[in-house]
Amino acid sequence: MAAVVGPLQHIDVNRKPATTGPILAVDNLVKRFETPDGVLTAVDHVSLGVAPGEFLGVIGPSGCGKSTLFNVIGGLLDGYEGTVQVAGERMHGPHPSIGMIFQEESTFPWRNVLDNVAFPLEIAGMGKSERYERARHFVKLVGLDGFERRYPAELSGGMRQRVSMARTLAAQPKILLMDEPFASLDEQTRLLLGDKVLQIQQELKQTTLLITHNITEAVQLSDRVVVMTYRPGKVKRIVDIALPRPRSSEIVSSEAFGRYVAQIWADLREEASRGLQEQESEKLRGAEGR
Amino acid sequence: MTAVALARTRFAPAALGLFSFVVLIALVELLIRIGLINRFIVPMPSDIIAAFPRVVVEEHVLQRFLLTASEAFSASILVTIFGVAGGVLLHRYRLLRLATETWVAAVAAAPLVLMYPLYLVIFGRSALTIVMMGFTAGLAPIVLKTLEGLSGTRRVLINVGRSFSLTASQQFWKILFPAALPTIFVGLRLGLIFSLINIVGVEFLINFGGLGQLINELAERYDLPGTYAAICFVILVSICVFIIMERLERWLRPAD
Repeated sequence: MAAVVGPLQHIDVNRKPATTGPILAVDNLVKRFETPDGVLTAVDHVSLGVAPGEFLGVIGPSGCGKSTLFNVIGGLLDGYEGTVQVAGERMHGPHPSIGMIFQEESTFPWRNVLDNVAFPLEIAGMGKSERYERARHFVKLVGLDGFERRYPAELSGGMRQRVSMARTLAAQPKILLMDEPFASLDEQTRLLLGDKVLQIQQELKQTTLLITHNITEAVQLSDRVVVMTYRPGKVKRIVDIALPRPRSSEIVSSEAFGRYVAQIWADLREEASRGLQEQESEKLRGAEGR
Repeated sequence: MTAVALARTRFAPAALGLFSFVVLIALVELLIRIGLINRFIVPMPSDIIAAFPRVVVEEHVLQRFLLTASEAFSASILVTIFGVAGGVLLHRYRLLRLATETWVAAVAAAPLVLMYPLYLVIFGRSALTIVMMGFTAGLAPIVLKTLEGLSGTRRVLINVGRSFSLTASQQFWKILFPAALPTIFVGLRLGLIFSLINIVGVEFLINFGGLGQLINELAERYDLPGTYAAICFVILVSICVFIIMERLERWLRPAD
Protein backbone atom coordinates (compact mmCIF):
# COMPACT_ATOMS: atom_id res chain seq x y z
CA MET A 1 0.00 0.00 0.00
CA ALA A 2 1.25 3.49 -0.79
CA ALA A 3 2.56 5.47 2.14
CA VAL A 4 0.31 8.41 2.87
CA VAL A 5 0.97 11.65 4.68
CA GLY A 6 -1.22 14.59 5.58
CA PRO A 7 -3.59 14.27 8.51
CA LEU A 8 -6.85 16.21 8.43
CA GLN A 9 -5.57 19.18 10.41
CA HIS A 10 -3.04 19.79 7.60
CA ILE A 11 -5.74 20.23 4.98
CA ASP A 12 -5.32 23.76 3.71
CA VAL A 13 -8.75 25.01 2.80
CA ASN A 14 -9.33 28.07 0.63
CA ARG A 15 -5.72 27.99 -0.47
CA LYS A 16 -4.77 30.35 -3.29
CA PRO A 17 -3.70 28.81 -6.61
CA ALA A 18 -0.08 27.71 -6.95
CA THR A 19 2.72 30.27 -6.97
CA THR A 20 2.99 30.52 -10.77
CA GLY A 21 0.18 32.48 -12.45
CA PRO A 22 -2.88 30.44 -13.35
CA ILE A 23 -3.04 29.15 -16.92
CA LEU A 24 -6.82 29.08 -16.56
CA ALA A 25 -8.57 31.83 -14.61
CA VAL A 26 -12.30 32.11 -14.02
CA ASP A 27 -13.27 35.44 -12.51
CA ASN A 28 -16.67 36.30 -11.05
CA LEU A 29 -18.50 34.01 -13.42
CA VAL A 30 -22.29 34.29 -13.35
CA LYS A 31 -24.50 32.30 -15.71
CA ARG A 32 -28.26 32.63 -15.71
CA PHE A 33 -30.88 30.76 -17.71
CA GLU A 34 -34.38 31.82 -18.65
CA THR A 35 -36.83 29.11 -17.58
CA PRO A 36 -40.65 28.95 -17.59
CA ASP A 37 -40.48 29.54 -13.80
CA GLY A 38 -38.30 32.64 -14.16
CA VAL A 39 -34.57 33.34 -14.23
CA LEU A 40 -32.41 30.52 -12.85
CA THR A 41 -28.90 31.37 -11.67
CA ALA A 42 -26.86 28.24 -12.35
CA VAL A 43 -23.42 29.63 -11.50
CA ASP A 44 -23.07 32.56 -9.12
CA HIS A 45 -19.87 34.61 -8.88
CA VAL A 46 -17.51 31.68 -9.23
CA SER A 47 -13.81 32.48 -9.30
CA LEU A 48 -11.05 29.92 -9.55
CA GLY A 49 -7.60 29.53 -11.02
CA VAL A 50 -5.72 26.49 -12.27
CA ALA A 51 -1.92 26.57 -12.19
CA PRO A 52 0.12 24.97 -15.00
CA GLY A 53 0.39 21.22 -14.41
CA GLU A 54 -2.21 21.30 -11.64
CA PHE A 55 -5.08 18.84 -11.34
CA LEU A 56 -8.13 20.68 -10.03
CA GLY A 57 -11.30 18.83 -9.12
CA VAL A 58 -14.68 20.58 -8.98
CA ILE A 59 -17.28 18.71 -6.96
CA GLY A 60 -20.85 19.47 -6.04
CA PRO A 61 -24.30 17.94 -5.81
CA SER A 62 -26.46 17.41 -8.90
CA GLY A 63 -27.84 20.76 -10.04
CA CYS A 64 -24.99 22.87 -8.67
CA GLY A 65 -23.98 24.15 -12.10
CA LYS A 66 -20.94 21.91 -12.62
CA SER A 67 -21.81 21.13 -16.22
CA THR A 68 -22.67 24.79 -16.87
CA LEU A 69 -19.20 25.69 -15.59
CA PHE A 70 -17.71 23.00 -17.87
CA ASN A 71 -19.58 24.33 -20.91
CA VAL A 72 -18.66 27.96 -20.19
CA ILE A 73 -14.96 27.17 -19.69
CA GLY A 74 -15.02 24.98 -22.79
CA GLY A 75 -16.50 27.86 -24.79
CA LEU A 76 -19.72 25.98 -25.60
CA LEU A 77 -21.94 28.40 -23.67
CA ASP A 78 -21.91 32.17 -23.93
CA GLY A 79 -24.06 34.94 -22.53
CA TYR A 80 -22.44 34.95 -19.11
CA GLU A 81 -21.06 37.63 -16.78
CA GLY A 82 -17.44 37.62 -15.63
CA THR A 83 -14.42 36.41 -17.54
CA VAL A 84 -12.65 33.19 -18.45
CA GLN A 85 -8.99 33.60 -19.37
CA VAL A 86 -6.52 31.12 -20.81
CA ALA A 87 -2.88 32.17 -20.25
CA GLY A 88 -4.08 35.74 -19.79
CA GLU A 89 -6.13 35.77 -22.98
CA ARG A 90 -9.87 36.33 -22.57
CA MET A 91 -11.91 33.52 -24.09
CA HIS A 92 -14.66 33.96 -26.64
CA GLY A 93 -15.92 30.55 -27.73
CA PRO A 94 -13.93 27.29 -27.87
CA HIS A 95 -10.19 27.82 -27.34
CA PRO A 96 -7.56 25.65 -29.04
CA SER A 97 -5.67 25.39 -25.74
CA ILE A 98 -8.59 23.61 -24.09
CA GLY A 99 -9.39 19.98 -24.78
CA MET A 100 -12.72 18.62 -23.59
CA ILE A 101 -13.70 15.13 -22.50
CA PHE A 102 -17.43 14.72 -22.16
CA GLN A 103 -19.57 12.74 -19.75
CA GLU A 104 -21.58 11.08 -22.52
CA GLU A 105 -20.09 8.56 -24.90
CA SER A 106 -18.57 10.76 -27.58
CA THR A 107 -16.52 8.58 -29.91
CA PHE A 108 -17.49 8.68 -33.58
CA PRO A 109 -19.10 5.28 -34.29
CA TRP A 110 -18.23 5.47 -38.00
CA ARG A 111 -14.48 5.81 -37.33
CA ASN A 112 -12.21 3.13 -35.96
CA VAL A 113 -10.06 3.79 -32.88
CA LEU A 114 -7.10 5.13 -34.84
CA ASP A 115 -9.26 7.41 -37.01
CA ASN A 116 -11.11 8.66 -33.93
CA VAL A 117 -7.86 9.57 -32.23
CA ALA A 118 -6.41 11.08 -35.41
CA PHE A 119 -9.53 13.27 -35.88
CA PRO A 120 -8.17 16.57 -34.45
CA LEU A 121 -4.94 16.07 -36.38
CA GLU A 122 -6.90 15.53 -39.59
CA ILE A 123 -8.81 18.74 -38.88
CA ALA A 124 -5.50 20.51 -38.33
CA GLY A 125 -4.46 19.41 -41.83
CA MET A 126 -1.66 17.06 -40.76
CA GLY A 127 -0.48 14.51 -43.37
CA LYS A 128 -1.86 10.98 -43.16
CA SER A 129 1.29 9.12 -42.13
CA GLU A 130 2.29 11.73 -39.56
CA ARG A 131 -1.15 11.91 -37.98
CA TYR A 132 -1.47 8.13 -37.77
CA GLU A 133 1.97 7.91 -36.20
CA ARG A 134 1.00 10.47 -33.59
CA ALA A 135 -2.43 8.91 -33.07
CA ARG A 136 -0.76 5.52 -32.44
CA HIS A 137 1.29 7.15 -29.70
CA PHE A 138 -1.84 8.37 -27.91
CA VAL A 139 -3.67 5.09 -28.45
CA LYS A 140 -0.74 3.40 -26.72
CA LEU A 141 -0.73 6.03 -23.98
CA VAL A 142 -4.30 5.15 -23.00
CA GLY A 143 -3.49 1.43 -23.19
CA LEU A 144 -5.46 0.57 -26.32
CA ASP A 145 -2.63 -0.60 -28.58
CA GLY A 146 -3.86 -3.59 -30.55
CA PHE A 147 -7.33 -2.09 -30.88
CA GLU A 148 -6.47 0.51 -33.53
CA ARG A 149 -8.68 -1.03 -36.23
CA ARG A 150 -11.63 -1.76 -33.93
CA TYR A 151 -14.79 0.34 -34.07
CA PRO A 152 -16.39 1.86 -30.93
CA ALA A 153 -19.27 -0.64 -31.09
CA GLU A 154 -16.70 -3.40 -30.53
CA LEU A 155 -15.31 -1.78 -27.37
CA SER A 156 -16.46 -1.59 -23.75
CA GLY A 157 -17.67 1.68 -22.19
CA GLY A 158 -14.34 2.19 -20.42
CA MET A 159 -12.39 1.59 -23.62
CA ARG A 160 -14.57 4.03 -25.54
CA GLN A 161 -13.99 6.67 -22.89
CA ARG A 162 -10.23 6.08 -23.24
CA VAL A 163 -10.57 6.59 -27.01
CA SER A 164 -12.24 9.96 -26.31
CA MET A 165 -9.43 10.81 -23.94
CA ALA A 166 -6.75 9.86 -26.48
CA ARG A 167 -8.55 11.91 -29.16
CA THR A 168 -8.57 14.99 -26.94
CA LEU A 169 -4.95 14.47 -25.88
CA ALA A 170 -3.88 14.05 -29.52
CA ALA A 171 -4.76 17.71 -30.07
CA GLN A 172 -2.18 18.45 -27.37
CA PRO A 173 -4.27 20.96 -25.44
CA LYS A 174 -2.65 22.98 -22.69
CA ILE A 175 -5.66 22.39 -20.46
CA LEU A 176 -7.70 19.22 -20.23
CA LEU A 177 -11.31 19.75 -19.21
CA MET A 178 -13.19 16.64 -18.10
CA ASP A 179 -16.90 16.50 -17.26
CA GLU A 180 -17.63 13.40 -15.17
CA PRO A 181 -15.83 11.25 -17.74
CA PHE A 182 -16.34 8.01 -15.82
CA ALA A 183 -19.89 8.66 -14.59
CA SER A 184 -21.41 5.88 -16.67
CA LEU A 185 -18.83 3.28 -15.63
CA ASP A 186 -18.84 0.82 -12.75
CA GLU A 187 -16.79 1.62 -9.63
CA GLN A 188 -13.94 -0.81 -10.37
CA THR A 189 -13.47 0.41 -13.95
CA ARG A 190 -13.69 3.96 -12.65
CA LEU A 191 -10.83 3.37 -10.18
CA LEU A 192 -8.69 1.69 -12.80
CA LEU A 193 -9.32 4.47 -15.32
CA GLY A 194 -8.44 6.92 -12.55
CA ASP A 195 -5.06 5.16 -12.44
CA LYS A 196 -4.73 5.66 -16.17
CA VAL A 197 -5.55 9.37 -15.84
CA LEU A 198 -2.98 9.71 -13.04
CA GLN A 199 -0.36 7.94 -15.15
CA ILE A 200 -1.07 10.19 -18.15
CA GLN A 201 -1.10 13.31 -16.03
CA GLN A 202 2.23 12.24 -14.54
CA GLU A 203 3.68 11.65 -18.00
CA LEU A 204 2.35 14.75 -19.76
CA LYS A 205 2.22 17.13 -16.77
CA GLN A 206 -1.17 18.02 -18.17
CA THR A 207 -3.12 20.85 -16.54
CA THR A 208 -6.49 19.29 -15.81
CA LEU A 209 -9.85 20.48 -14.56
CA LEU A 210 -12.12 17.62 -13.56
CA ILE A 211 -15.83 18.16 -12.97
CA THR A 212 -17.29 15.33 -10.91
CA HIS A 213 -19.87 14.38 -8.32
CA ASN A 214 -17.78 11.46 -7.12
CA ILE A 215 -15.78 12.30 -3.97
CA THR A 216 -13.45 9.29 -4.27
CA GLU A 217 -12.58 10.22 -7.83
CA ALA A 218 -11.99 13.86 -6.90
CA VAL A 219 -9.66 13.01 -3.99
CA GLN A 220 -7.87 10.23 -5.89
CA LEU A 221 -6.97 12.48 -8.81
CA SER A 222 -6.85 16.10 -7.67
CA ASP A 223 -4.29 18.45 -6.16
CA ARG A 224 -7.14 20.66 -4.99
CA VAL A 225 -10.88 20.11 -4.82
CA VAL A 226 -13.35 22.96 -5.26
CA VAL A 227 -16.56 22.16 -3.37
CA MET A 228 -19.63 23.89 -4.81
CA THR A 229 -22.94 24.73 -3.23
CA TYR A 230 -26.31 23.57 -4.50
CA ARG A 231 -28.16 26.02 -6.77
CA PRO A 232 -27.01 28.68 -7.30
CA GLY A 233 -23.55 27.14 -7.71
CA LYS A 234 -20.99 29.04 -5.65
CA VAL A 235 -17.55 28.04 -4.40
CA LYS A 236 -18.13 26.80 -0.86
CA ARG A 237 -14.62 25.66 -0.06
CA ILE A 238 -11.35 24.72 -1.73
CA VAL A 239 -9.63 21.71 -0.17
CA ASP A 240 -5.94 21.09 -0.73
CA ILE A 241 -5.29 17.36 -1.26
CA ALA A 242 -1.84 16.82 0.20
CA LEU A 243 -1.57 13.17 -0.77
CA PRO A 244 1.78 12.16 -2.23
CA ARG A 245 2.34 11.74 -5.95
CA PRO A 246 2.72 9.56 -7.93
CA ARG A 247 -0.61 8.13 -6.83
CA SER A 248 -2.56 5.06 -7.77
CA SER A 249 -5.96 3.64 -6.89
CA GLU A 250 -4.32 1.89 -3.91
CA ILE A 251 -4.43 5.23 -2.16
CA VAL A 252 -8.20 4.96 -1.67
CA SER A 253 -7.68 2.48 1.17
CA SER A 254 -5.38 4.81 3.14
CA GLU A 255 -6.43 6.57 6.32
CA ALA A 256 -5.60 10.06 5.04
CA PHE A 257 -7.66 9.44 1.90
CA GLY A 258 -10.62 8.51 4.07
CA ARG A 259 -10.22 11.70 6.07
CA TYR A 260 -10.26 13.83 2.91
CA VAL A 261 -13.35 12.02 1.70
CA ALA A 262 -15.02 12.58 5.09
CA GLN A 263 -14.04 16.26 5.08
CA ILE A 264 -15.46 16.86 1.60
CA TRP A 265 -18.58 14.82 2.34
CA ALA A 266 -19.20 16.93 5.46
CA ASP A 267 -19.26 19.99 3.18
CA LEU A 268 -21.25 18.30 0.45
CA ARG A 269 -23.79 16.55 2.66
CA GLU A 270 -25.57 19.75 3.59
CA GLU A 271 -25.68 20.87 -0.07
CA ALA A 272 -26.77 17.47 -1.37
CA SER A 273 -29.57 17.33 1.26
CA ARG A 274 -30.74 20.80 0.32
CA GLY A 275 -30.66 19.83 -3.36
CA LEU A 276 -32.66 16.68 -2.70
CA GLN A 277 -35.26 18.58 -0.67
CA GLU A 278 -35.64 21.26 -3.32
CA GLN A 279 -35.94 18.71 -6.12
CA GLU A 280 -38.59 16.81 -4.17
CA SER A 281 -40.49 20.04 -3.46
CA GLU A 282 -40.34 20.94 -7.17
CA LYS A 283 -41.75 17.51 -8.08
CA LEU A 284 -44.50 17.93 -5.48
CA ARG A 285 -45.39 21.38 -6.81
CA GLY A 286 -45.39 20.00 -10.34
CA ALA A 287 -47.70 17.14 -9.34
CA GLU A 288 -50.07 19.53 -7.52
CA GLY A 289 -50.08 21.89 -10.51
CA ARG A 290 -51.29 19.09 -12.82
CA MET B 1 -24.26 -28.29 -35.35
CA THR B 2 -26.83 -26.26 -33.39
CA ALA B 3 -29.11 -23.62 -34.96
CA VAL B 4 -27.12 -20.86 -33.21
CA ALA B 5 -23.82 -22.18 -34.56
CA LEU B 6 -25.33 -22.50 -38.05
CA ALA B 7 -26.54 -18.88 -37.95
CA ARG B 8 -22.93 -17.80 -37.36
CA THR B 9 -21.61 -19.52 -40.49
CA ARG B 10 -21.32 -17.38 -43.58
CA PHE B 11 -23.46 -19.33 -46.04
CA ALA B 12 -26.04 -20.96 -43.80
CA PRO B 13 -28.51 -18.01 -43.68
CA ALA B 14 -28.38 -17.57 -47.47
CA ALA B 15 -28.76 -21.34 -48.02
CA LEU B 16 -31.73 -21.45 -45.64
CA GLY B 17 -33.33 -18.50 -47.44
CA LEU B 18 -32.86 -20.18 -50.84
CA PHE B 19 -34.16 -23.49 -49.49
CA SER B 20 -37.29 -21.78 -48.04
CA PHE B 21 -37.89 -20.07 -51.40
CA VAL B 22 -37.60 -23.35 -53.32
CA VAL B 23 -39.97 -25.04 -50.84
CA LEU B 24 -42.50 -22.20 -51.26
CA ILE B 25 -42.34 -22.47 -55.07
CA ALA B 26 -42.73 -26.26 -54.88
CA LEU B 27 -45.71 -25.82 -52.57
CA VAL B 28 -47.39 -23.37 -54.98
CA GLU B 29 -46.73 -25.78 -57.85
CA LEU B 30 -48.30 -28.62 -55.86
CA LEU B 31 -51.35 -26.56 -54.86
CA ILE B 32 -51.94 -25.60 -58.51
CA ARG B 33 -51.45 -29.17 -59.74
CA ILE B 34 -53.97 -30.58 -57.24
CA GLY B 35 -56.41 -27.80 -58.17
CA LEU B 36 -56.49 -25.85 -54.91
CA ILE B 37 -55.26 -22.75 -56.77
CA ASN B 38 -56.81 -21.94 -60.12
CA ARG B 39 -54.16 -22.28 -62.86
CA PHE B 40 -55.98 -19.67 -64.99
CA ILE B 41 -55.29 -17.06 -62.29
CA VAL B 42 -51.86 -18.14 -61.04
CA PRO B 43 -49.64 -19.94 -63.54
CA MET B 44 -47.53 -22.88 -62.40
CA PRO B 45 -43.96 -21.93 -61.41
CA SER B 46 -42.66 -24.56 -63.85
CA ASP B 47 -44.57 -22.78 -66.67
CA ILE B 48 -43.10 -19.44 -65.58
CA ILE B 49 -39.59 -20.92 -65.67
CA ALA B 50 -40.32 -22.40 -69.08
CA ALA B 51 -41.50 -18.97 -70.29
CA PHE B 52 -38.18 -17.32 -69.49
CA PRO B 53 -36.33 -18.24 -72.73
CA ARG B 54 -39.36 -17.18 -74.80
CA VAL B 55 -39.65 -13.83 -72.99
CA VAL B 56 -35.92 -13.23 -73.32
CA VAL B 57 -35.75 -14.05 -77.04
CA GLU B 58 -39.11 -12.98 -78.41
CA GLU B 59 -39.94 -10.04 -76.17
CA HIS B 60 -36.44 -8.53 -76.08
CA VAL B 61 -36.58 -8.55 -72.31
CA LEU B 62 -32.92 -7.66 -71.86
CA GLN B 63 -33.30 -4.37 -73.76
CA ARG B 64 -36.46 -3.64 -71.76
CA PHE B 65 -34.70 -4.62 -68.55
CA LEU B 66 -31.86 -2.22 -69.37
CA LEU B 67 -34.35 0.53 -70.21
CA THR B 68 -36.25 0.15 -66.92
CA ALA B 69 -32.95 -0.20 -65.03
CA SER B 70 -31.59 2.98 -66.65
CA GLU B 71 -34.81 4.86 -65.82
CA ALA B 72 -34.61 3.57 -62.24
CA PHE B 73 -30.91 4.51 -62.07
CA SER B 74 -31.56 8.04 -63.41
CA ALA B 75 -34.43 8.55 -60.97
CA SER B 76 -32.26 7.18 -58.12
CA ILE B 77 -29.47 9.65 -58.87
CA LEU B 78 -31.89 12.57 -59.10
CA VAL B 79 -33.86 11.59 -56.02
CA THR B 80 -30.69 11.06 -53.96
CA ILE B 81 -29.18 14.42 -54.92
CA PHE B 82 -32.35 16.46 -54.49
CA GLY B 83 -33.74 14.45 -51.56
CA VAL B 84 -30.59 14.68 -49.45
CA ALA B 85 -30.06 18.32 -50.41
CA GLY B 86 -33.71 19.06 -49.50
CA GLY B 87 -33.29 17.40 -46.10
CA VAL B 88 -30.10 19.37 -45.47
CA LEU B 89 -31.85 22.63 -46.39
CA LEU B 90 -34.79 21.91 -44.08
CA HIS B 91 -32.32 21.10 -41.28
CA ARG B 92 -30.29 24.24 -41.95
CA TYR B 93 -33.21 26.68 -42.18
CA ARG B 94 -35.67 26.30 -39.32
CA LEU B 95 -38.27 28.59 -40.87
CA LEU B 96 -38.24 26.55 -44.08
CA ARG B 97 -38.62 23.36 -42.03
CA LEU B 98 -41.54 24.69 -40.01
CA ALA B 99 -43.18 25.99 -43.18
CA THR B 100 -42.86 22.85 -45.30
CA GLU B 101 -42.28 19.72 -43.20
CA THR B 102 -45.99 18.88 -42.93
CA TRP B 103 -46.42 19.33 -46.68
CA VAL B 104 -43.48 17.09 -47.44
CA ALA B 105 -44.89 14.43 -45.09
CA ALA B 106 -48.26 14.73 -46.85
CA VAL B 107 -46.60 14.27 -50.25
CA ALA B 108 -44.84 11.14 -48.95
CA ALA B 109 -48.23 9.58 -48.15
CA ALA B 110 -50.02 10.72 -51.35
CA PRO B 111 -50.77 8.32 -54.28
CA LEU B 112 -48.51 10.28 -56.63
CA VAL B 113 -48.89 7.77 -59.46
CA LEU B 114 -52.26 9.42 -60.17
CA MET B 115 -50.37 12.50 -61.34
CA TYR B 116 -49.18 10.72 -64.49
CA PRO B 117 -51.65 12.49 -66.84
CA LEU B 118 -50.24 15.84 -65.72
CA TYR B 119 -46.69 14.62 -66.28
CA LEU B 120 -47.69 13.31 -69.72
CA VAL B 121 -48.88 16.81 -70.60
CA ILE B 122 -45.70 18.42 -69.24
CA PHE B 123 -43.04 15.96 -70.48
CA GLY B 124 -44.85 14.07 -73.25
CA ARG B 125 -45.09 10.27 -73.67
CA SER B 126 -41.40 9.72 -73.09
CA ALA B 127 -38.85 8.19 -70.73
CA LEU B 128 -38.57 11.62 -69.09
CA THR B 129 -42.16 11.35 -67.83
CA ILE B 130 -41.34 7.97 -66.30
CA VAL B 131 -38.11 9.20 -64.70
CA MET B 132 -39.82 12.32 -63.33
CA MET B 133 -42.67 10.23 -61.88
CA GLY B 134 -40.07 8.01 -60.17
CA PHE B 135 -38.25 11.10 -58.94
CA THR B 136 -41.41 12.72 -57.54
CA ALA B 137 -42.51 9.53 -55.78
CA GLY B 138 -39.14 8.90 -54.11
CA LEU B 139 -38.27 12.45 -53.08
CA ALA B 140 -40.35 13.00 -49.91
CA PRO B 141 -39.17 9.98 -47.87
CA ILE B 142 -35.53 10.86 -48.56
CA VAL B 143 -36.05 14.52 -47.58
CA LEU B 144 -37.80 13.49 -44.34
CA LYS B 145 -35.30 10.80 -43.36
CA THR B 146 -32.33 13.07 -44.12
CA LEU B 147 -33.88 15.72 -41.91
CA GLU B 148 -34.55 13.14 -39.18
CA GLY B 149 -30.98 11.83 -39.36
CA LEU B 150 -29.40 15.28 -39.18
CA SER B 151 -31.72 16.45 -36.38
CA GLY B 152 -31.09 13.24 -34.46
CA THR B 153 -27.31 13.69 -34.33
CA ARG B 154 -26.32 13.40 -30.69
CA ARG B 155 -25.60 16.78 -29.10
CA VAL B 156 -22.34 15.53 -27.61
CA LEU B 157 -20.91 14.73 -31.08
CA ILE B 158 -21.71 18.26 -32.23
CA ASN B 159 -20.06 19.59 -29.06
CA VAL B 160 -16.95 17.50 -29.80
CA GLY B 161 -16.77 19.24 -33.16
CA ARG B 162 -17.26 22.64 -31.54
CA SER B 163 -14.56 21.90 -28.96
CA PHE B 164 -12.14 21.24 -31.84
CA SER B 165 -13.22 24.58 -33.42
CA LEU B 166 -14.56 22.97 -36.60
CA THR B 167 -15.84 25.25 -39.34
CA ALA B 168 -19.52 24.93 -40.34
CA SER B 169 -18.50 22.94 -43.41
CA GLN B 170 -16.25 20.59 -41.38
CA GLN B 171 -19.00 20.21 -38.77
CA PHE B 172 -21.36 19.07 -41.53
CA TRP B 173 -19.07 16.75 -43.49
CA LYS B 174 -17.09 15.32 -40.59
CA ILE B 175 -19.85 14.94 -37.99
CA LEU B 176 -23.46 15.66 -39.00
CA PHE B 177 -23.45 13.84 -42.32
CA PRO B 178 -21.70 10.62 -41.22
CA ALA B 179 -23.82 10.53 -38.06
CA ALA B 180 -27.00 10.86 -40.13
CA LEU B 181 -25.97 8.36 -42.82
CA PRO B 182 -27.75 5.27 -41.41
CA THR B 183 -31.05 7.18 -41.26
CA ILE B 184 -30.42 8.74 -44.69
CA PHE B 185 -29.99 5.23 -46.10
CA VAL B 186 -33.30 4.16 -44.57
CA GLY B 187 -34.84 7.08 -46.50
CA LEU B 188 -32.97 6.10 -49.68
CA ARG B 189 -34.26 2.53 -49.45
CA LEU B 190 -37.83 3.76 -48.99
CA GLY B 191 -37.49 6.42 -51.69
CA LEU B 192 -36.01 4.04 -54.22
CA ILE B 193 -38.77 1.48 -53.59
CA PHE B 194 -41.36 4.22 -54.22
CA SER B 195 -39.44 5.31 -57.35
CA LEU B 196 -39.24 1.82 -58.80
CA ILE B 197 -42.91 1.03 -58.12
CA ASN B 198 -43.90 4.27 -59.86
CA ILE B 199 -41.52 3.77 -62.79
CA VAL B 200 -42.87 0.30 -63.59
CA GLY B 201 -46.41 1.44 -62.79
CA VAL B 202 -46.25 4.38 -65.19
CA GLU B 203 -44.61 2.22 -67.89
CA PHE B 204 -47.57 -0.11 -67.45
CA LEU B 205 -50.17 2.70 -67.46
CA ILE B 206 -48.86 4.63 -70.46
CA ASN B 207 -47.76 1.46 -72.27
CA PHE B 208 -44.33 2.87 -72.94
CA GLY B 209 -40.74 1.87 -72.21
CA GLY B 210 -39.37 -1.20 -70.51
CA LEU B 211 -40.65 -3.96 -68.29
CA GLY B 212 -43.89 -2.22 -67.27
CA GLN B 213 -44.95 -2.00 -70.89
CA LEU B 214 -43.98 -5.64 -71.46
CA ILE B 215 -46.06 -6.73 -68.44
CA ASN B 216 -48.98 -4.73 -69.86
CA GLU B 217 -48.64 -6.34 -73.30
CA LEU B 218 -48.27 -9.89 -71.95
CA ALA B 219 -51.24 -9.39 -69.61
CA GLU B 220 -53.34 -8.06 -72.53
CA ARG B 221 -52.46 -11.26 -74.43
CA TYR B 222 -53.39 -13.27 -71.33
CA ASP B 223 -49.89 -14.79 -71.38
CA LEU B 224 -49.75 -15.38 -67.63
CA PRO B 225 -46.47 -17.34 -67.46
CA GLY B 226 -44.85 -14.61 -69.60
CA THR B 227 -46.35 -11.85 -67.39
CA TYR B 228 -44.96 -13.44 -64.24
CA ALA B 229 -41.59 -14.04 -65.91
CA ALA B 230 -41.47 -10.30 -66.76
CA ILE B 231 -42.37 -9.47 -63.15
CA CYS B 232 -39.34 -11.56 -62.10
CA PHE B 233 -37.16 -9.20 -64.16
CA VAL B 234 -38.67 -6.20 -62.31
CA ILE B 235 -37.67 -7.91 -59.06
CA LEU B 236 -34.19 -8.32 -60.56
CA VAL B 237 -33.98 -4.54 -61.12
CA SER B 238 -34.97 -4.04 -57.49
CA ILE B 239 -32.31 -6.52 -56.33
CA CYS B 240 -29.64 -4.72 -58.41
CA VAL B 241 -30.60 -1.33 -56.91
CA PHE B 242 -30.47 -2.74 -53.40
CA ILE B 243 -27.12 -4.48 -53.89
CA ILE B 244 -25.66 -1.16 -55.09
CA MET B 245 -27.20 0.62 -52.09
CA GLU B 246 -25.83 -1.93 -49.65
CA ARG B 247 -22.32 -1.72 -51.12
CA LEU B 248 -22.46 2.06 -51.03
CA GLU B 249 -23.57 2.12 -47.40
CA ARG B 250 -20.89 -0.37 -46.39
CA TRP B 251 -18.28 1.74 -48.14
CA LEU B 252 -19.48 4.95 -46.46
CA ARG B 253 -20.09 3.41 -43.00
CA PRO B 254 -17.77 0.41 -42.67
CA ALA B 255 -18.48 0.21 -38.91
CA ASP B 256 -22.12 -0.76 -39.46
